[in-house]
Amino acid sequence: MPFLDLLIPALNRGMAMSAMLIIPSAIFGAIFGVLVGTLRVFGPRPVRRIFDAYTALFRGVPLMVQLFVFYFGLPAFGIYFEAYGASVTCFILCSAAYQSEYIRGALLSIRDGQLKAGAALGMSKLQTVLWIVVPQAFRRALPGCGNEIIYLIKYSSLAYLISCMEVTGEARAIAAKTFRFTEVFTVLAVYYLFLVSIATWLLKVLEDRLHIPGFGRQK
Amino acid sequence: MQQLSVIIEALPYILQGAGVSLAIVCFAMGVGLVMGIPMAVGLVYGHPVVRNLIRLYVWFFRGVPILVLMFLFYFGVFDLLGLDLNAISAVSLVLGLTSAAYQSQIFRGAIQSLPQGQLRAARALGMSDPQGVVSIILPQALRLSIPAWSNEYSIILKDSALAYVVGAMDIFTRTHFVASRTYEHLALFINAGVLYFIITLVGVKLLLALEKKVRIPGYTH
Amino acid sequence: MTQTPVLRVENINVTLGGKAILKDVSLSVNKGELKVLIGPSGAGKSTFLQSINCLIPPVSGNIWLEGERVDIENRKKLHGYREHVGMIFQDFNLFDHLRAADNVSIALRKVRGMSRKEAHARALQELDRVGLGDKVNLYPAELSGGQKQRVAIARALAMDPTVLLLDEPTSALDPELVGEVLAVIRDMAQSGLTMVMATHQMDFARALADEIVFMQQGQIIEQGSPAELLADKSGTRTADFCSKLSDLCEGSC
Repeated sequence: MPFLDLLIPALNRGMAMSAMLIIPSAIFGAIFGVLVGTLRVFGPRPVRRIFDAYTALFRGVPLMVQLFVFYFGLPAFGIYFEAYGASVTCFILCSAAYQSEYIRGALLSIRDGQLKAGAALGMSKLQTVLWIVVPQAFRRALPGCGNEIIYLIKYSSLAYLISCMEVTGEARAIAAKTFRFTEVFTVLAVYYLFLVSIATWLLKVLEDRLHIPGFGRQK
Repeated sequence: MQQLSVIIEALPYILQGAGVSLAIVCFAMGVGLVMGIPMAVGLVYGHPVVRNLIRLYVWFFRGVPILVLMFLFYFGVFDLLGLDLNAISAVSLVLGLTSAAYQSQIFRGAIQSLPQGQLRAARALGMSDPQGVVSIILPQALRLSIPAWSNEYSIILKDSALAYVVGAMDIFTRTHFVASRTYEHLALFINAGVLYFIITLVGVKLLLALEKKVRIPGYTH
Repeated sequence: MTQTPVLRVENINVTLGGKAILKDVSLSVNKGELKVLIGPSGAGKSTFLQSINCLIPPVSGNIWLEGERVDIENRKKLHGYREHVGMIFQDFNLFDHLRAADNVSIALRKVRGMSRKEAHARALQELDRVGLGDKVNLYPAELSGGQKQRVAIARALAMDPTVLLLDEPTSALDPELVGEVLAVIRDMAQSGLTMVMATHQMDFARALADEIVFMQQGQIIEQGSPAELLADKSGTRTADFCSKLSDLCEGSC
């Protein structure tokens, strides 16, 4: 079928671009999220303030607005981004803000008694953090952080709006060429459903692997 | 300042877009609520076939990006169904259908967090199951859902900026329109960001007030 | 006969939020003694116990363990000191992400530097001693309150503490679970472990305490043997407090 012969290679090409958007954004978003979340709990007050504001800002403003500011707005300062660079930068910053929220919540959920018990056994602060706080916080934060990556997969489609030709962009181009909107976007939906379902499944496997009674995932 | 005068000049025009954005959000939340409640009840108490159908719906709408849903429905499905919707209604409907999937999960969680004894006590008083659900379970579950609902509001508000892709004249579209004429992208989009931020805050505060208003003393979860 | 007390604290002062919680509290504990702290809630018993191992740092005061003054400003020395002073908390404070055996062995490994195998073997031995040999692989969320507290005791015992501090170990437990924990503590007392324990269990104190220490409003009011302090018509504040406690108990039982 010539239509599918046209569509599938284009979508696969777009998918490669989507992967190049999603993977670094997920990794660096998580790393920065852990840093920001930790600083928002343990950092000195001014640092806490700054990162609280950062988080509120990036969570309170639509990702589309952020993308347009980065892509169309920053050149006014002489900062030029390609569509790809602008998208990844935006995704990382936005994702880090959301991730930091889960990390912060997880760190705050660890009861004072856990730290006291560590100290009472003669553990140093570092030992307590390393062996008690981190393993607990990690499990508490995992469902939220994983969910955030699933959101990232979906919102990576917005990169198309600043002309980054990822899978949605490729689909849009084919649809405009062939006028077969329903078919093209249905196949595109299947691509995303596949990605999201795989990610959800992987997350579930990871959570089950690490499951400990008393640290149940939120239903 | 050039930027400032552009913003001041364009503000009345962009603020009209705030009305459009709010209309989209209200309509979408409404559709999501009206569909989400029965879906949640179906998920908890329904026949297995019903349950699986609802699950399929939720899986689809939660697994596909809003942008793709917008394209699929606006350029495809609505056409096939013979619906001739204007841009605003189309955006609201797509956001509403998506929100229904998320809201059904919110209400399902709330219903399942209620103690088992509630419905049993209703039955013991001679209520039918639907009566028990409507007059005992839902009033409690809906109260518990308000915080998550306020979260859903801020998500939909942000997603409503996608109205731009079908040309509905909301905050974002108008901002883009002015920006492409004046080339003041940075100032105008920051201005749009501030508007969204304010509308989010106001809405969340209002919902917090609602939560306080309907709070039952001693009723915490 | 003068022997060096195992633990001696002198003139401990603690202020929290500008309020004096402990005022010049001193106590000395000899080897193998069981001292029981009693007194109304808010008397500072818990604060006192936690200030002994500096979980709540005292603003002033001195601490000696086996004749050696503890330099609480020196972190390394402080950690080393805490290693030898066991602590049992009212609300257990088991590490929620670790199985019972790992709760007991983690400090052996991380603080004592024991090998995983060695530490695990020791943990099993201690859990067996508190009657939980069959629960070593369960997580805290899978244990009853009494079992949790017994794991906490095993965790403290595994470190071979010179002295053990117990902060109302049974007051967070359902009544039917108190007995199993007290039985373990009784065994420890009889095996000669040095202990300081805050509790409301008067029968237990009467039977096993070498000395009863009565605290009120951040100070030690009276101290002496159970026979002296609890005798009928002894007229002590302690006896008075205990009769109120037992009235209350009879009223509710």
